[in-house]
Amino acid sequence: MKVYVPRDFSACALGADEVARAIEREAKRRGIALDVVRNGSRGLYWLEPLVEVERNGERVAYGPVAEEGVEGLFDAEFLEGKEHPVRLGNPEEIPYLRRQKRLVFRRIGKNDPLSLDQYRKEGGFAGLARALTLSPQQIVEEVTKSGLRGRGGAGFPTGIKWKTTLQAVDDQKYIVCNADEGDSGTFSDRMVIEGDPFLLIEGMIIAGLAVGATEGYVYLRSEYPLARQIFEEALERARAGGYLGKDILGSGKSFVLNLFVGAGAYVCGEETSLLESLEGKRGMIRPRPPLPAIHGLWQKPTVVNNVITLASVPVILADGAEAYARLGVGRSKGTLPVQLSGNLRNPGLVEVPFGVTLEELLFEYGGGTASGRPLKAIQIGGPLGPYLPPSLFHVTLDYEELAKVRGIVGHGGIVAFDDTVNLGEMARYAMEFCAEESCGKCTPCRIGSTRGMELMDRILSGKKSPGSIELLVDLCDVMINASLCGLGGMTPFPVLSGLRHFPEDFGYAKEEVEPLLQKM
Amino acid sequence: MENGKVERKDELESILQNFARLANGLIPAFHAIQNSYGYIPKERLPEIARAFNLSQADVYGVLTFYHDFRLEPVGRHVVSVCRAEACQANGSAAVIDHLRRKLGVDFGKTTADGEVTLLPTYCFGNCACGPSVAVDGKLYGRMSAQRLERILRGMGASA
Repeated sequence: MKVYVPRDFSACALGADEVARAIEREAKRRGIALDVVRNGSRGLYWLEPLVEVERNGERVAYGPVAEEGVEGLFDAEFLEGKEHPVRLGNPEEIPYLRRQKRLVFRRIGKNDPLSLDQYRKEGGFAGLARALTLSPQQIVEEVTKSGLRGRGGAGFPTGIKWKTTLQAVDDQKYIVCNADEGDSGTFSDRMVIEGDPFLLIEGMIIAGLAVGATEGYVYLRSEYPLARQIFEEALERARAGGYLGKDILGSGKSFVLNLFVGAGAYVCGEETSLLESLEGKRGMIRPRPPLPAIHGLWQKPTVVNNVITLASVPVILADGAEAYARLGVGRSKGTLPVQLSGNLRNPGLVEVPFGVTLEELLFEYGGGTASGRPLKAIQIGGPLGPYLPPSLFHVTLDYEELAKVRGIVGHGGIVAFDDTVNLGEMARYAMEFCAEESCGKCTPCRIGSTRGMELMDRILSGKKSPGSIELLVDLCDVMINASLCGLGGMTPFPVLSGLRHFPEDFGYAKEEVEPLLQKM
Repeated sequence: MENGKVERKDELESILQNFARLANGLIPAFHAIQNSYGYIPKERLPEIARAFNLSQADVYGVLTFYHDFRLEPVGRHVVSVCRAEACQANGSAAVIDHLRRKLGVDFGKTTADGEVTLLPTYCFGNCACGPSVAVDGKLYGRMSAQRLERILRGMGASA
């Protein structure tokens, strides 16, 4: 008899560890022999802690389960799959999950993420096995054909990045995984590292084979201690299993992989800042060019990819580029693990092909606001993403379609706000966040964010002078066009989108701001 | 006291020995030092700089760049609250107000009795289950002022 209780940072924040212990305790007390397996989370976060019982190969889920409710579950004979107010039936049949198209997340939440046997049993390392039969050029070609674009936020074609590094001639090249998932409203990287760490490892080995890199680093943010613990263990097991180190699976190819833990700097999610930090220095932005693909870590050719990008690669290699490219729309191929959060009834992880509407994500998956109040705005693409009003919820999830309404895909986070939010205050917060996190290298970001915060204070306190709004728009213009990286260059997005769609929250009428925003 | 000092010195020295060999060992070394000491002792910076063959200015520059590292000891308990958007959308303002009022300190400060340090965090990746508060490294989701009150009382930190 097996009972599954997620070992996921969020599930644990809701008491999953205590629930797991209570189940073991209660089973012992009743003389029942059972194994408590710690799986990853399926990402149905409003149901966490989500407990699953496996009988005759079939799962029955119960959730949310509280520590105090465990005795009642035993009394209701949940081990027999019997009725209970929190019984959810077969978890795979829950519509939220059944309607998704999970590629990257196909294994996550099902089993013990640290079991190499289980990983192989569920199709793991099939991508690597195929990659080992291909030349570096063929692997890069396959990734290019899949249409995969960087999932960290920039959306740059992965195949082109890899080709650049493959063609660079040097005695040492690196693969760096950007796991500095600092965007508010995003947690898909964390879920992959906690819920399927071998998938990331496999993706990085394939990237190494593709570009001729023999060494890699995962740059993980320090705010993810459980991910760190799980990934360290996964690295040990992958090394012991012959997947890392010298002569991978007898292929003669080598790949050494290390974990590096950041120290709480949002800007280190920007790739050049990340590389500086990884070299042990202050995480100051490097001007580009040169590109990291040619002069990256210690000035060596380096592929820097986000966790989801790298975790998509084994799927592409295993299923073939065509199968991946058949999903999605336009130039947005494949699937995106969307992260729904904020004021939603059903927040969680929704992996779907590109092309779904925001409306479908927010209402059919998200279930509308948790508070029951009207949904006023969403912020899409992280803290540097714009705020969009309900009149734009018909737009589809698609890099180009979102760009048309000044939206961004970013890392796939969508944060919902009900009508109690004031977009003027959120705009001020965006400036404050930028001031707090600016690396200080360029003036528009370093000084502009502080001036922007002061200006927003004046505007919101009603002490605005006649030119305040012109000044704010002008400042945003300078930050967008003269900052060295996305932090200063995108902080104006939440500010200007708030002003455009919700001018009343700034104390202005639509007619006052519209002419100013036309050039932006 | 004297013994304690000698023991501590050894600890820092062994950390430096472990990490100074690495080309990028300074940040992991700071993490390790802070794990043992609770903070980075300022008076030891010359020693750290020597071990890494860096100037003291370089070492100080790296140290102060990152929010995680601190030059002062913290209180017996550390309460970190997420200030980011997803938690704001779920009412983190009330939790933050409650904490500031109850503890009587602002972010980055420690209560006068040395019990609790209040720190801001920009996202724990718990966005689907906010508001998020971590107490001494243990994360709690769906936080409310009432639940927080119980947790604070549990650690004996509430007046």
